[in-house]
Amino acid sequence: MRITIINLAYLLASALFIFGLKGLTHPRTAVRGNMLGASGMLLAIVVTLFDRKIIDFKLIILGLLIGAVIGLVLALKIQMTAMPQLVALFNGFGGGASVLVAGAALIEVTTPGSGIGVIREALAGAQPSLQLTVATVASGLIGAVTFWGSLIAFGKLQEVLTTNPVLFPGQKALNAVLSLAAIGLGGWIVMNPEATFAYWALVAVGSLLGVLLTIPIGGADMPVVISLLNSYSGLAAASTGFVLSNNMLIIAGSLVGASGIILTMIMCKAMNRSLTNVLFGGVGAEVTTGPGADEVYAGKVKSTSGDEVAMLLEGARRVVFVPGYGMAVAQAQHAVKALANILETNGCEVAYAVHPVAGRMPGHMNVLLAEADVPYDQLKDMDEVNPTFAQTDVAIIIGANDVVNPVARTDPTSPIAGMPILDVDYARTVVVIKRSLSPGFAGIPNPLFAADNTLMFFGDGKQAIQDITAALKEALTG
Amino acid sequence: MESFVIALTIFVLAIFVGFEIITKVPPTLHTPLMSGSNAISGITLVGALLSAGSEHSTLTTVLGLIAVIFATINVFGGFLVTHRMLDMFRKKS
Repeated sequence: MRITIINLAYLLASALFIFGLKGLTHPRTAVRGNMLGASGMLLAIVVTLFDRKIIDFKLIILGLLIGAVIGLVLALKIQMTAMPQLVALFNGFGGGASVLVAGAALIEVTTPGSGIGVIREALAGAQPSLQLTVATVASGLIGAVTFWGSLIAFGKLQEVLTTNPVLFPGQKALNAVLSLAAIGLGGWIVMNPEATFAYWALVAVGSLLGVLLTIPIGGADMPVVISLLNSYSGLAAASTGFVLSNNMLIIAGSLVGASGIILTMIMCKAMNRSLTNVLFGGVGAEVTTGPGADEVYAGKVKSTSGDEVAMLLEGARRVVFVPGYGMAVAQAQHAVKALANILETNGCEVAYAVHPVAGRMPGHMNVLLAEADVPYDQLKDMDEVNPTFAQTDVAIIIGANDVVNPVARTDPTSPIAGMPILDVDYARTVVVIKRSLSPGFAGIPNPLFAADNTLMFFGDGKQAIQDITAALKEALTG
Repeated sequence: MESFVIALTIFVLAIFVGFEIITKVPPTLHTPLMSGSNAISGITLVGALLSAGSEHSTLTTVLGLIAVIFATINVFGGFLVTHRMLDMFRKKS
């Protein structure tokens, strides 16, 4: 009876997770959706504590307290600009938990216990099922890859590690050898489940693979990796569900797995690259051919100032801001919103054009702009905003480069050929705020910077926007 | 074998449900989607609680305890940070 009630509660929790995710399909219902998901989790935790298998609560309470304090502090202290790192870190912890739970389950079924709990395990001693062993192998491997992959991603995003792709000779061969070793160890565990040391060897191989598969991926490809690791953490949880024969874990894990895969596909499509190319291409590390920077820029780049841009903005009817990772680095979102406020008071229409891969994770720019109180109906995605650039007086690009490079449309030999871009060059005037003419992640010059209708505003993103704002205020009041 | 097929059925159907729902999430909410779904993947906490509390052996208890800590960070941190973000989207609509 008790077990039936627990399982029914798990079913309810699974339904709450589904309703919770459904809530995230609209900003209005999203907060409630997240609450529903959290209540599902609370329900799942509480009913689990009634499981007869649990004898001692001291360590559980200790673990919950430590974890809750760390989680809450991280979640409250984090800057919105650092969100990609935090998500990577949380992802890793989820994967790590799967490794440990599956390992503990394997030990429990294959070795005689020494604690008081043993008495309750009268049924133990039966041969572990194939489902349990295969799922344990999957949990251990995917969980280890997720844990270490996420830590490396965290290091790169936090810039503790180099953000450039790390490539060395024989890398692919080494990955292949490690993958074979993982399959071999997995087979061994399935044949001899009592060989628990093989499980930890598998976890070690998975850890190495996690590191090696993530280090070749460079800065601007991070959105793909984060999405993929998100998917892995879900699949690791689902595998753990198979280990424990727990349907709720299977359902919750596969929902997350599906979510991560969809985001991964969206990110790849937005770069017109295959997942294989992102994971193994090492873009940014190779020297690309094509016209050099001097050839593209020589004598054609026009530099501008706050006063000049303010003059343009004074008469503008429609202005579109195009944010990129540079806006996050400069923490310029509040300054942008302040400028937008003045423009709107002056009767100008303001919109924000967000490329799917702008920033370091899916939706990164949207969160920063939301932090600065930008209404979400002004945040336009690529398909929605592109047809409107022709009717736009001024497009202000702040810290974006490759996603506005018209070469993607014009040069089929370019490394970004065919990548969908924001068609800012169709706007009447383009203002590019950037520190220098240095290339973006793709390593190629951007002819947009030398176009006739482009003005370059060299400097720090936040300072530049503040200069424009000050000049515009003066022009409008004086 | 029977129970495995049932589990597999649930797995496949849940993936379909996931695909149907997640494709409707607008790009604006992709970051909260990631952190929120991330928190849900902390569901492994349930398994961790069972390992930490069952007193099978010292080793499994320690593994369970560390797993409880990891998964709890994931769950509490994930839902809270998602709430923080979503609150920013809500306040001016």
